Amino acid sequence: MFNIFKLAARNLRRYKRRTLLTSILITLGVVAVLLFVSVSGSFKAMMIGQITDSMLGHLQVHSRGYLSSIDSLPLHLNMKGEQVVRVKEILDGNDAVEAYSMRIRLGAMFSNFTETTNVRLNAVDPEQEMQTVPMLADRIIKGKKEGLLAKGEILVPELIARGMKVKIGDTIVLVATNKHGSVNGQPFVVRGILEGISGPGGRDGFIHTDDALALLRIEGREISEIAIRLNEMEQMHEVFDELKGQLESSRNKMDKPVFEVHTWEELSPFFNIARMIDLMTLFIKIMLVAIVLVSIMNVMVMAVYERINEIGTIAAIGTGPGKILSLFVAEGFLLGLFGTLIGVVISLITIAGMNAAQISFDFGRQKGLLLSPTIASGEVIVIAGIVIAIAVLGSLQPAWKAAGMDPITALRHV
Amino acid sequence: MTLVTAKGLEKTYIAGDITVRAIRGVDFTIEPASFVCFIGPSGSGKSTLLNMIGCLDPPTSGFLEVAGKDVTHLGAKESARFRGDHIGFIFQDFNLIPVLTVFENIEYPLQMVQNWPALKRKQRVNELLEAVAMKDQGGKFPNQISGGQKQRVAVARALVTNASLVLADEPTANLDTETANRIISLMKQMRDEFGTTFIFSTHDHRVVKSAEKIFTLEDGKLQQQGNGDNHV
Repeated sequence: MFNIFKLAARNLRRYKRRTLLTSILITLGVVAVLLFVSVSGSFKAMMIGQITDSMLGHLQVHSRGYLSSIDSLPLHLNMKGEQVVRVKEILDGNDAVEAYSMRIRLGAMFSNFTETTNVRLNAVDPEQEMQTVPMLADRIIKGKKEGLLAKGEILVPELIARGMKVKIGDTIVLVATNKHGSVNGQPFVVRGILEGISGPGGRDGFIHTDDALALLRIEGREISEIAIRLNEMEQMHEVFDELKGQLESSRNKMDKPVFEVHTWEELSPFFNIARMIDLMTLFIKIMLVAIVLVSIMNVMVMAVYERINEIGTIAAIGTGPGKILSLFVAEGFLLGLFGTLIGVVISLITIAGMNAAQISFDFGRQKGLLLSPTIASGEVIVIAGIVIAIAVLGSLQPAWKAAGMDPITALRHV
Repeated sequence: MTLVTAKGLEKTYIAGDITVRAIRGVDFTIEPASFVCFIGPSGSGKSTLLNMIGCLDPPTSGFLEVAGKDVTHLGAKESARFRGDHIGFIFQDFNLIPVLTVFENIEYPLQMVQNWPALKRKQRVNELLEAVAMKDQGGKFPNQISGGQKQRVAVARALVTNASLVLADEPTANLDTETANRIISLMKQMRDEFGTTFIFSTHDHRVVKSAEKIFTLEDGKLQQQGNGDNHV
C-alpha cells in the first residue's frame, strides 16, 4: 500500500501546477464551508442560548390548550394544585432536569399615575427563575441584577419604561382582572429596566409570584407554565419524549391529556431561522461536494489520458487491474487529503483571528452582539471526511477506466 | 521440451464490416534459452503473434502453450498474473516509468507484481544493475540517461523476475548502430547467463543476424524458418 501511495505522490508532483490548482480549489471550498459553518453555527448557538437561557428554558409544560390561547394569557387554563404537584414530582425525579421555574403569566394595565398602557407579565420565584434562565439577569440594563427582584418590585420592559417615562425607584400601579372577572390594583416599585429580546415573552415584565397571587386573588396554587432547564441541551428530545410519556398518563374526564409539553423549537420563531441556517449549510456543503467532484474527476481524467501508454506498460509487465485502479484512486485520495489539510489549517487560523478581532453585529433590536465563531472538531472531521471521500469517488471512474484498459491498445497510444 | 508451442494458431479482428485475419493457422515451437526472431513486412502479423505469445491478446482459435501452461483461453486477471510470473517485455520506446528512478524501474515488477521482501528486492536489482552495467546510474531518472542506457534498464526490468521468456518488439529501432549492437550483445549475454529465451519482432538485420531461429511471416502465415546465417 505504501508503494502505491509513493507512486501516486510522485505522479502528483510530476504535474505540479495542475496538482496545485486543484488543491487550491479544494482548499478554497473547505475554507468557505468551515468558515460558514463556524460563523453561522456560533450565531445560531448564541441566539438559541439567548432564547433558552434568558426566557424560554429548554422545555415548557402547560395545561392542554394553553399554548394555542397564549396571546390572551388565559388564567382559567392555569395548572391547579394537584396538577402542579404531579408535574413537580415528575421533574424532581428526572436527573436530566437541572432546574425549573413555575410561572404565572398575566396581562395587566400599567399606570404611572398620568398614563396607562397594557403590559404582559411573568410572575416568578426569583431563585427558581435565575436557576432556569440564568441569562435573564444580564438583560437588566438599568437597576440591580442581584437577586432579580423582591416582593413589591417590578422589572419593566425597556419599551414600556421609555414610553411611560418610568425610572428606577418610581412607583407604578398594576391593575389586573382575575379569572372570575374581579379587578384589583396594586402598587409596585420599579426595580429594573429589562432589555427586550426576539421571540415570545421577550418583551414581558417580571413580578414576584406572591404579588401575582395577591393581585389576582388566587387562593392555593396556580401555575400558567413551567419552564425547564436541562443539564445538557443535547438531551432535549430524549427528555421531551420521556416527559411527554409520563405526563400523558394524566387525563381529564374526556380521556384527553391534561398537560402539553413543548420544546423551545416549537415555542420560538427563531427555530425556523435556525432551520434556514442548517439548510444553507447543507447547500454550501453540496456546492463543496460538486467542486471537489468536478475538479478531481477533471484532473484524474486528464491524468489517465496522458498516461495511457504508461498504463499499457505496467499492465503488460503484470500489474493487475486492481492495483492500477488503486494507483489512480490513491492519487485522488492524496489530492483530496492535501487540499483538505491546508483548508482546515487556514480555516482554524482564520477562526482564531476572527475571535481575536472581536467582531460585533446587530440582530433585530439587539445591538453589539459579539461574533465568536467556533467549530466542533467533529464537524471538521465530518467535512474533511466528506471531501476526501468525494475525492476518492471522483477518481473512481477514471481509475476504473485505466484498470480496464486493454494493454495492447494502451501501448499503441501515442 | 519446448517453451512455446503453437498449433493452428489464428487471430481474426473484426472492425465493423471488415474482418482481418491477422494470423492464419500458424504452427511452431520455441525451445528454452533460445534467441528467436519473427521477421516480415509491416502488417504481416509479427506484433500480433508476439502479443499472443505474451498473453496480451488471446488467440481466436488454435492452441498456444507457454512455459508449460495452456494460455489459449486465459482471462484478463489470470493472464496479468501469468505475464508477471513468466514473461518480460522490452519495448521499442523503452517505456520506463518517468517518476521512478532506474533502480525503482527495475524494482517495479518485484515490488508491485510479485511482492518480494525489500532486502531480497534490493539484492536482486543490484545484481541486474551490475549485469547491464548500470550500477552507478541507479539513482537517476529516465530523463537523465541516454536511449541506450534506457534500453539496458528495460532489459534489466524484463529479466529481474527470472522470467523464462522475454518478448522484445523492435528493441533496437530507436538506437544508433553502436548502441544497438551493444544491446544485442547484452541480451545474448543475459540469455547465456540466465537461460532466458528472447523472442524478437524486428526489421533490424543486426538482430536478425544474431538470431538462432528465424520465423518469416507473410500475410499472417509462416513462410519459412531458418537461422541468422541463411537470412542475412
